Amino acid sequence: MSSTIESPPESAKSVEHLAAATVRLAGDSGDGMQITGTQLTNTSALAGNDVATFPDFPAEIRAPKGTRAGVSGFQVHFASEDIFTPGDHLDALVVMNPAALVTNLPDLKSGGILIVNEDNFEGRDLKLANLEENPLENDSLGDYRVFRVPMTNLTRKAVEMVETEDGKALSQKVADRCKNFFAMGLIYWLYGRDLDPTLRFIREKFGKRPEIVEANERALRSGWNYGETTEAFISSYQVEKATLPAGTYRNVMGNQALAWGLLTASKMSGAELFIGTYPITPASDILHELSKFKEFGVRTFQAEDEIAAVCSAIGAAFGGAMAITSSSGPGIALKGEAMGLGMILELPMIIINVQRGGPSTGLPTKTEQSDLLQVMYGRNGESPLPVIAARSPSDCFEVAQEAWRIATRFMVPVILLSDGYIANGAEPWRIPDVEDLNKIEINHPQATEGEEFQPYVRNERLARPWALPGTPGLEHRLGGLEKQDITGNVSYDPDNHQHMTNVRQQKVDNIAEDIPEQSVVGPESGDLLVVSWGGTFGACTTAVERCQRDGLSVAHAHLRYLNPFPRNLGDLLSRYQRILVPELNMGQLRAILRSTYLVDAEGLNKVQGKPFAVTEIVDKIKALLA
Amino acid sequence: MATELPVLKPADFASDQDIRWCPGCGDYSILAQMKKMLPTLGFPREKICFISGIGCSSRFPYYMETYGIHSIHGRAPAFATGLKNVRPDLMIWVITGDGDGLSIGGNHLMHAIRRNLDINIVMFNNRIYGLTKGQYSPTSPLGKVTKSTPMGAIDNPLHPLSIAIGCEGSFVARSIDVNIKHLGATLKRAAEHKGTSFVEVYQNCNVFNDGAWDYATDRQSKADNVLELEHGKPLIFGKNRDRGIRLNGMNPEVVELGKGISEDDLLFHDEKADEPSLAYLLSRLRNEDGFPEPIGVFRAIDKPKYDEQLNQQIEYAKETKGDGSLDKLFHSGDTWTVS
Repeated sequence: MSSTIESPPESAKSVEHLAAATVRLAGDSGDGMQITGTQLTNTSALAGNDVATFPDFPAEIRAPKGTRAGVSGFQVHFASEDIFTPGDHLDALVVMNPAALVTNLPDLKSGGILIVNEDNFEGRDLKLANLEENPLENDSLGDYRVFRVPMTNLTRKAVEMVETEDGKALSQKVADRCKNFFAMGLIYWLYGRDLDPTLRFIREKFGKRPEIVEANERALRSGWNYGETTEAFISSYQVEKATLPAGTYRNVMGNQALAWGLLTASKMSGAELFIGTYPITPASDILHELSKFKEFGVRTFQAEDEIAAVCSAIGAAFGGAMAITSSSGPGIALKGEAMGLGMILELPMIIINVQRGGPSTGLPTKTEQSDLLQVMYGRNGESPLPVIAARSPSDCFEVAQEAWRIATRFMVPVILLSDGYIANGAEPWRIPDVEDLNKIEINHPQATEGEEFQPYVRNERLARPWALPGTPGLEHRLGGLEKQDITGNVSYDPDNHQHMTNVRQQKVDNIAEDIPEQSVVGPESGDLLVVSWGGTFGACTTAVERCQRDGLSVAHAHLRYLNPFPRNLGDLLSRYQRILVPELNMGQLRAILRSTYLVDAEGLNKVQGKPFAVTEIVDKIKALLA
Repeated sequence: MATELPVLKPADFASDQDIRWCPGCGDYSILAQMKKMLPTLGFPREKICFISGIGCSSRFPYYMETYGIHSIHGRAPAFATGLKNVRPDLMIWVITGDGDGLSIGGNHLMHAIRRNLDINIVMFNNRIYGLTKGQYSPTSPLGKVTKSTPMGAIDNPLHPLSIAIGCEGSFVARSIDVNIKHLGATLKRAAEHKGTSFVEVYQNCNVFNDGAWDYATDRQSKADNVLELEHGKPLIFGKNRDRGIRLNGMNPEVVELGKGISEDDLLFHDEKADEPSLAYLLSRLRNEDGFPEPIGVFRAIDKPKYDEQLNQQIEYAKETKGDGSLDKLFHSGDTWTVS
């Protein structure tokens, strides 16, 4: 992308070199913290760092202004080494108001940098945050390097020259809205970031309103200049480029990578994509992203409800499309009956659950892994479905293709689990060479002269044929009533029901022969195996690595395939003295492992709407091995 | 390249499955008329698909030698929507009942009609739950005594056509199971209409609600209780065709022809009127209020169709942007290279 925007000059102050930094920006949910965080992420990735992010925001679009409930934050971890988590503790925290200060301060390292918008610490602001005293004026912040910056006033000054088209000055409300870009400019100075990508972003996003472009640009530059000129900051920091494998990279967010993976699977299989879905946090961005790709033949259908969404997908699957429905826990609950129908119809499709805090409406914007048992068992009757889970934002790209491969190879709806942490998190992604992507083969039968078509005849994998309407001679009826083996006609025969139940189970079990064996990182046997799945991958990987460095006999197995399990998993589990299963639920995978393999797996469980801190897992491992 | 279509007969549309409706059920007649009508369309059999929900009527697809899905309760319109969006070449029929379509599936019915996909919905209205053995349905009249309402139903009934017209359906019609010529002709009109066709069929459940439509089917009384709609014609009914419907302000009234009242004073039927209010008014003419109940096509207008527009958007995007390229997509926006 070409750009004529001039970068600010190099800082004249001294520069300290760091291996990594964790920064969080926190403010009111209307303060633009998510935009700021996303920009810092992109800019850091473009600078060659490895990055991991953790956006954290309330479910309310605008919770009461200035209150603790309305605090929105965005955490970015950027490093010159391979990283897997957004970081446990903050090196720097920027807070826009007192509520953001009190709710985020516990995560700031002792001695960490605390940048405060001191203009928002008036009596009223303190009262909204339920504070009796001004923390800037007592000794409660003694442990930190506090920088009090009058951001609101400095931003107003920075934009006072800006005029609207009809020659008026900006209103104070509009001017104040630019202060997140001031804060960003200051952080960019502090970490030696290039302003260009964000200047380009501002022009693209606000291009239709030149005065807003100019105001935000000025605010951004003022923030940078403030860092450079104020005597408070003695030096800035530099995080060197990470040594990633060679290739071209871009930043991806989980839901985006998932959408792109689906698109890729569609292209590689030649089946045009149909997604029937209903808006729900945190899955909606999959719909938003896919709706942009009509030139790929992507048909997006925003249904009237979750049930219609899944049913429309089944209809599309019958018609030969690559059918998808996406939701989160509450929506998956509503889809249950139709998922059972998809299973007995034996049509390929993908059912995506981007998990969030439950039960019921629960914690819509917070992450959790508590829908594993729901997708495994939450349907009436014997209704086994394959389940696979993404482990990180970029892994969503791979898992989406794998889900479609399994669905078409075995003629079965596949459940794909993601979670809010993965969905909204971002990380660098090495762009694959399109030539290297795997084809997904799909066959649709044609009529054979003199042979009656049997919709439930099976191949060696037990998959039935995917015959499409419009094919002469293959007219057939599918339905939710139990069907006779081979013919698919309605059957109430007792032995047939037993047989069909066995066959449907065996078909799902057969997938284990079609997926890789489970690998471990660390010793092939030993004192402890950490078993994880989904979004806890990064924290578990980092924790195990740390314990291995400390000389502990611990290995890590991260499961992508949850149903069926990889064929060697039972053997693998038996090679360790103890099994630890850290999960953001009350022990769901652990329960399945215990019942499947009769192993005494132990859990590390929490449901606080937050990902694991690495230290929590390290502490548990060390306690178990003490 | 015109390929000759094989000439099909009604028997070509019969599947090899035994029909398991109760002897005497009105569903048999609807099935027979459907099989008779379809060959007259000259449409390839393999491109026809029947989709149903749950209930007696919803067994229909099993008996048709076409493609079909017997789906889950109330959701047939949603399956049809997904299928039609990806396969606009298919002719899709949704078969539903008063319980399936208006109770558990009311939401989907409403949205299918307002989207105006090019599908055909036939609602078999027997004013009772048959398959679950005799509970009252959303179209059962007030006071109806059933297994679940021993002291009489206290739910105000829904009127299928009022709902369809309320959703501004582009094709809304009514027929009667035993009025076979009219039923066949109405199904054909529905099949030929572009957009969502909604047809209510008065259907007798001779086991759990026998005689619910007697007033409309009885030889002696039907001419007085049923009014056959014809586009551009005045609303006339009665054994001697001597009575009609006139508007008195906003209110319809039954008048006798002669005695100073001529046909020109009557309400004329205009199925093509964009404004649905008169069609709605016709849907509210009820036997219990002393009116004849209209049958035939209430409304048949041309409106944008969801599936057509969706696929036009796809075509337009392909034309203007070219076929999607993964490589281009992956490299869009900011990227960086590590060597």
